[in-house]
Amino acid sequence: MTIATREEKVVSALAHIIMILFSAMAVIPFWLLIAASFSSETYATKYGYKFLPQELSLSAYEYLFKQGGQIGMAYLITVIVTVIGTTVGILAISLLAYGLVQKDIPGVKVVFILILVTMLFNGGLVPQYLIYTNTLHVKNTLFGLILPNLLMSGFTVILVKNYFQSNIPGEMLEAAEIDGAGQFNIFFRLVFPLSTPILATVGLMAAVSYWNDWTNGLYYITDHNLYSLQQLLNEMNNNIQYLANNASNLGGADISNLPSVTIRLAIAVVAIVPIMVIYPFFQKYFAKGITMGSVKG
Amino acid sequence: MAAKAKKKHRHINWKKTIAIYIMMLPGMLYFLFNNYLPMAGITVAFRRINYRLGIWRSPFCGLENFEFLFKSGSVFTMIRNTILYNIVFIVLGTVLAIATAILLNEVRQKVLNRVYQTLILLPYLMSMVVVSYLAYAFLSGENGYINNTILPLFGIQDKIAFYQEKKYWPFILTFVNLWKSVGFNMVIYLAAVIGISPDYYEAARIDGASKWKQITNITIPLLVPTIITLFILSVGRIFYSDFGLFYQVPRNSGAIYDVTQTIDTFVYNALMNQNNISMSSAAGFIQSVVGCILVLTANGIIRKISRENAMF
Repeated sequence: MTIATREEKVVSALAHIIMILFSAMAVIPFWLLIAASFSSETYATKYGYKFLPQELSLSAYEYLFKQGGQIGMAYLITVIVTVIGTTVGILAISLLAYGLVQKDIPGVKVVFILILVTMLFNGGLVPQYLIYTNTLHVKNTLFGLILPNLLMSGFTVILVKNYFQSNIPGEMLEAAEIDGAGQFNIFFRLVFPLSTPILATVGLMAAVSYWNDWTNGLYYITDHNLYSLQQLLNEMNNNIQYLANNASNLGGADISNLPSVTIRLAIAVVAIVPIMVIYPFFQKYFAKGITMGSVKG
Repeated sequence: MAAKAKKKHRHINWKKTIAIYIMMLPGMLYFLFNNYLPMAGITVAFRRINYRLGIWRSPFCGLENFEFLFKSGSVFTMIRNTILYNIVFIVLGTVLAIATAILLNEVRQKVLNRVYQTLILLPYLMSMVVVSYLAYAFLSGENGYINNTILPLFGIQDKIAFYQEKKYWPFILTFVNLWKSVGFNMVIYLAAVIGISPDYYEAARIDGASKWKQITNITIPLLVPTIITLFILSVGRIFYSDFGLFYQVPRNSGAIYDVTQTIDTFVYNALMNQNNISMSSAAGFIQSVVGCILVLTANGIIRKISRENAMF
């Protein structure tokens, strides 16, 4: 160990100061949002949002829990879509990736190239929209939220394939085959458990994408009962009157008392809380997911 | 040798082949529907869509859709915006991310290092809808923090209608983009910075090199391969924009389209709001084709520079 020189101390202090500044900038907007959601409606409309909740009030949250039938529904839809999409996606991705590492199966190389092509060229929004609405008829179904773009990507398939190749010894698979184990057995008993690190990372990233997605809802969902949380937020963003217009969905409450400004913030808070809560525990996986995906993204 | 000989004579194991293809089937079907059918569907850009006949039976109309698009005039604005914003984001984003990564690496206290990293990465995990709420909390004409608290502090009583005035948006969008993405890019560069062998710095210290010298003469030169790779990849995507950023954050306000509309928001608005499939599909076609050419070129260049970083 060398003793820190004066210069090193200066650099270290500078690093701390700038990092504190950047961290504060990252967090401050969330603070404003949360503080404002706890302000009273009258104060927020009259004097605007403040960093300290003014005239502390829980009325927005009371509304959410008492009369937020649609918000509860949106929450449920978001959870269902996230769970189904992530689970099915992980299964389909890893099964396909497992096939791609089989060197002795004819045609696997062609499949691999076809997957690569999807990373280079896409038809774009219009044809995809037409296929999903006119051919697959996913409009206003849960499929409309789960399938388009989010379920799997060529990139993740190749990421998992590379992991299989470098972390699962081929001799082990061969030995299992010689012992007469079927492919499904080998996959679920050997490959899948051995790949938890990559599958957890990919799954986590997928879950966040589903939780945060609002574009699929924007294109494929018009039925209010199928709105996800993010889409509900988006709808209210576009149309401040949305809540008032749909007050009947909120329990037919008195519209004049509707905390329409703070309730929107409260819904946003409720939507980001799950991510904020789980994120610090999984931060390592996120960072890993990003570095893995970075250069070859 | 024996193994090699065996391989040559290996016949196809049909039982295994069938099992493997059954396993791959769900994924293959997904790519067929999600990617390949839309690729085939790109011909809509050359059709006069007639809903009664359906997309696949609609008659071809040559370049008519493209004529409409170019006559509308918005095509130049949106291409200009897409490319210029991307250039600014790439340059500032890279500089900021490298600086943050190097500084974070100077924080030796493990716990604090983790805390900073966790906080700076937080915005990356938020949806653009939430980001637009956050921006609105500051920019709103009625309740916004800037109009209600910051401006009066400087004695300015007139409120600024941010969502109506073009001149602020290049700065707002750049700021929001950097705010949301700096953590992500920092993590990438941090991995590269941590990967640099401490021996270099040890030797430099013995030679009496200052911290600044160490950064400019060791860290940055060793980051160059990563910088080049990421740079070329982003240039390959210069025809694409973050739809969420340009649609959500300006709240799709028509008054500021001139400085906020990109190819992606145009395609969306033309398709979903104006029901104008012909213009939308023509713009989408240009984006897909130019985008593909750029990605291929970018990959070709990376292959020449550092093979292991190329996609294929």
